[in-house]
Amino acid sequence: MRDQLINIKGVGDGLRITLDEAEEWNSITALLATRIDQQSAFFNGARVTLDVGARPVRKDEMMSVKALLDRRGLVLTVVLSDSQTTLDSADALDLRANVSAVQTPDLVDGLAPFNPEEEGTSGVMIRRTLRSGRTVRSAGHVVIFGDVNPGAEIQAAGDVIVWGRLRGVVHAGADGDTSAVVCALDMTPTQLRIAGYLTTSPQDKRQRPKPEVALIRDGQIVVEVWE
Amino acid sequence: MTGKVVTITSGKGGVGKTTTTANLGVALARLGQKVALIDADIGLRNLDIVLGLENRIVYDLVDVVEGRAKLRAALIKHKSFPELYLLPAAQTRDKTAVSPQDMIQLCNQLRPEFDFILIDCPAGIERGFRNAVAPADEVLIITNPEVSAVRDADRIIGLLEAEHKGPGRLILNRVKGDMIRKGEMLSPDDVTDILGIKIVGIVPEDENVVPSSNSGIPITLNNSSRAGKAFHNIARRLMGERVPFMSLEDSGSFFKRLSRMFSGGGG
Repeated sequence: MRDQLINIKGVGDGLRITLDEAEEWNSITALLATRIDQQSAFFNGARVTLDVGARPVRKDEMMSVKALLDRRGLVLTVVLSDSQTTLDSADALDLRANVSAVQTPDLVDGLAPFNPEEEGTSGVMIRRTLRSGRTVRSAGHVVIFGDVNPGAEIQAAGDVIVWGRLRGVVHAGADGDTSAVVCALDMTPTQLRIAGYLTTSPQDKRQRPKPEVALIRDGQIVVEVWE
Repeated sequence: MTGKVVTITSGKGGVGKTTTTANLGVALARLGQKVALIDADIGLRNLDIVLGLENRIVYDLVDVVEGRAKLRAALIKHKSFPELYLLPAAQTRDKTAVSPQDMIQLCNQLRPEFDFILIDCPAGIERGFRNAVAPADEVLIITNPEVSAVRDADRIIGLLEAEHKGPGRLILNRVKGDMIRKGEMLSPDDVTDILGIKIVGIVPEDENVVPSSNSGIPITLNNSSRAGKAFHNIARRLMGERVPFMSLEDSGSFFKRLSRMFSGGGG
């Protein structure tokens, strides 16, 4: 029971600590301190990614948990949350803040690939509409199952697939990969970038939206029907 | 009685939050509800003016939060509706004088005594917004049929969803049927297409609104005003009634279609 409130696991070169969303903040941070103290030698020096889920964490609460980790020789580097309050708190403390969905997938840790020839590439999948002001960044691909509204932004080193209406700003191949593509069921982005190329949507209202794919051909972005 | 806390917000300024709060308060009181209105726009208070209660203010929200006045002493009773009360904002302080926790406590004190507690949220997405939204059971998002207002409403809905207060219901204010027909203004369909939330009211543009706000007599008391009628209908929908959307003009097949859409959808 107690163990389920706090989940600690090794991810890459650091630790990912997930705190239960519902438990009272003071008691869960106290519990976290106890857990770390029990194995202080093991945890000492680790870089921590803290996942608080949808819980809104105020700046003073964020400072206290950061101090709690500092005192035990752990370094808080990244905060994951769905709450804008939490993300703002993390920003204010110069921590890297990400929506929970944007994280390196670690589900496959230790598992052999199902089929080595179909290993695929990593990415993030977000299953809701991105509203104005939301930003998603990924070192892999990005899949949105929902709309991308005007004022939202996606930046991906790989491809971007939107199963919905794409109306925000999207940048695929952001690290310079000119083979990256952008697909959407309704392609009317405010601005579309692939690698170093940029285009905007035509102003005229189109009749009937159809799935389209944007890619670079002969040194410019072309948009064609997705078949 | 367990009062329902409804926050009226928009992101963008000037779209009609205060006018809507005042009119919904009066309309609910006319329907026999006991209503408290809270002006959360500390430093830029307006709701007292629109309700014609400016000269009766003795204590304000900050006085209550900081313990200088009892909540009961700060509530101002409306001239014509003894079941309608206003808790005015402080004019000399700023948003940081109150915390979200203060607002939750304040509303918990009001809940047992009122049917509805309406909070007039300040423009913006900072502290004032968080204060106003923290105690809300339901959020109404006001927007105008223009791109910039809809963009801000979308941002607000995203923030509400992140705080588990969303998505809320939409009031589309200052709609002009003739401009929509000419394709010069976003239609309710265009707006819901982007925002993806339910509409609880469509308020037509009405030139009587400004003089009525200036004189402190909310437009919903003017029985011949279409905007006033629209606010009255929203109040009834807040009480759980199913009220069909009125057509904004006689020949407006578009709005008839819309009213069918929403009366069926329960919005």
